[in-house]
Amino acid sequence: MTKELVVISGKGGTGKTSVTASFAVLANSPVICDCDVDAADLHLILSPRVNERHEFRSGHEAVIRMADCIGCGACLAHCRFGAVRMNGKAAGEATFVIDPVSCEGCGVCVRFCPEQAIDFPERLCGEWMISETRCGPMIHARLGVAAENSGKLVSTVRREARRIAEEQGRSVVLADGPPGIGCPVIASVTGATLVLVVTEPTVSGEHDLERVLSLARHFAIPAAVCVNKWDLNPEMTERIENRARQAGARVTGRIRYDRAVTLAQMQGRAVVETEAPCVEDIQHIWDHLGL
Amino acid sequence: MIIAVASGKGGTGKTTVAVNLARMLGSHVQLLDCDVEEPNDHLFLKGSMREEEIVTTPIPQVDESLCDACGECSRFCQYHAIVSLKTKPLVFPEMCHGCGGCAKVCPKKAIREVPHRIGMVETAQANNITLVQGHLDVGAAMAPPLIRAVKARLQPACRDASFPGAGRNGVPAILDAPAGTSCPVITTIKGADAVVLVTEPTPFGLHDLKLAVNMVRELWIPFGVVVNRVGIGDDRVHAFCRQEGIPILLEIPDDRRIAEAYSRGELIVDALPEYRAYFERLGEALLERTSTDLHDASGVATPNASTFQR
Repeated sequence: MTKELVVISGKGGTGKTSVTASFAVLANSPVICDCDVDAADLHLILSPRVNERHEFRSGHEAVIRMADCIGCGACLAHCRFGAVRMNGKAAGEATFVIDPVSCEGCGVCVRFCPEQAIDFPERLCGEWMISETRCGPMIHARLGVAAENSGKLVSTVRREARRIAEEQGRSVVLADGPPGIGCPVIASVTGATLVLVVTEPTVSGEHDLERVLSLARHFAIPAAVCVNKWDLNPEMTERIENRARQAGARVTGRIRYDRAVTLAQMQGRAVVETEAPCVEDIQHIWDHLGL
Repeated sequence: MIIAVASGKGGTGKTTVAVNLARMLGSHVQLLDCDVEEPNDHLFLKGSMREEEIVTTPIPQVDESLCDACGECSRFCQYHAIVSLKTKPLVFPEMCHGCGGCAKVCPKKAIREVPHRIGMVETAQANNITLVQGHLDVGAAMAPPLIRAVKARLQPACRDASFPGAGRNGVPAILDAPAGTSCPVITTIKGADAVVLVTEPTPFGLHDLKLAVNMVRELWIPFGVVVNRVGIGDDRVHAFCRQEGIPILLEIPDDRRIAEAYSRGELIVDALPEYRAYFERLGEALLERTSTDLHDASGVATPNASTFQR
């Protein structure tokens, strides 16, 4: 049975990707998966060699054929997303266009246009890739600029990672998750074996941890917590760890504030591939997770 | 004038820039925390809550006595939020975008729309700052409708230069965006007069800055960059900005005291007064100059502000 660890944080920039990259090095034949399809960074450390590229098409977008538009404005009246813009002046002279950035692809205007003047093509939202890294296969993706459906792209990436793990008999999928608690995070964590929340000892880190832990509880996923840069505020670290325990999460360790993390990033290496002082902290957490 | 603070990468200092800038911008400034998944501005502004309002989106409710299980709603819904397999339809509120299509296509008029709670909008007053923040309920997936509800509280004076005490571009309003470049970010920055992209001089910072620059260009909004933690990495962010002609509006040095003040929930401009001038300068750069001093997003000409009112 393949185990799946998803590294999340609530708050952005707490060190998810640095921790995930290190785990990829420490794990015994993992499949690596970047679920932060919006601002993916893991590839900057793991330098994947892309073997397969797939277009990600999801949903549709409304496009008005100008030649067939009679300017009646039915689309404008029906659209809930402010995506229909009127270019003309008076009634009869009006023309309408759809702003692709605002269009959520619901299809209501398409259905109710009396002239059937609105096309509804599939939307290209990005691409996903199967690659090879020094740590094992990696599934990653890129969401198009201003594109929708990041949740579906995350689900695609995870499904592929699990498929490859099962095919190749790899026992663990390591996923780098997105920040926040919304749709892409929900898509990243549902059904996972364990989430590791990487947080930091700040008022924001504390606040966001509580939200992300209640999300894990909501979806009944076991959660572990580690505090990164813990010595920035030892009191706050203690407080966060206590709160995490109260919320039913496992506290797995602390990572010290170590500038070598940024240095490793600049060299395109995982921190555990260097001699940095915090390496033992990360190793300890990995061992503690027992994957 | 509406200023959005955004970044591709999380944790680069959006909140720090937004709250400290707001503090230095004088009276009547409005700060809208659009990071509704993880709103943090309130942790740095000890204000008293004035108002709370529940935000809902419309979702379908099926009157089973009228429904004949024809499945038209289910076939129409692009989001699989209403599903009927030759049965009375099931509704999945988390998937629903609230387009209203199912109710419109139902031949039996068996569907009506009912409000479904997704979160709250709260308003607080902290000294000179009116803070409006969205708070997405845990388990709710759709941030954009809540962000739109937060932005609906923008005061009209943000476009009104004649408002007492307003600068030539109106009373400032600051939008603190979530991280990334997808729908919640777009929803936040659309309609802003200028965008401040906050980054850090690291490979992750540079990579995600490029994504954010592409996004802002796509929306044709003038923008500039704030580089935070200058000194931790290299100069590739600076080189990129130079090459692309993107102005660097402010550089904040890597200073452990800033990180520590932040960890305690303190404003930098209060805890470390030597940084007040930094944020004053940023405010001037954004407000006193015209938007032509910012990087025009198109590479052609900077359209006038009204173009951005979408």
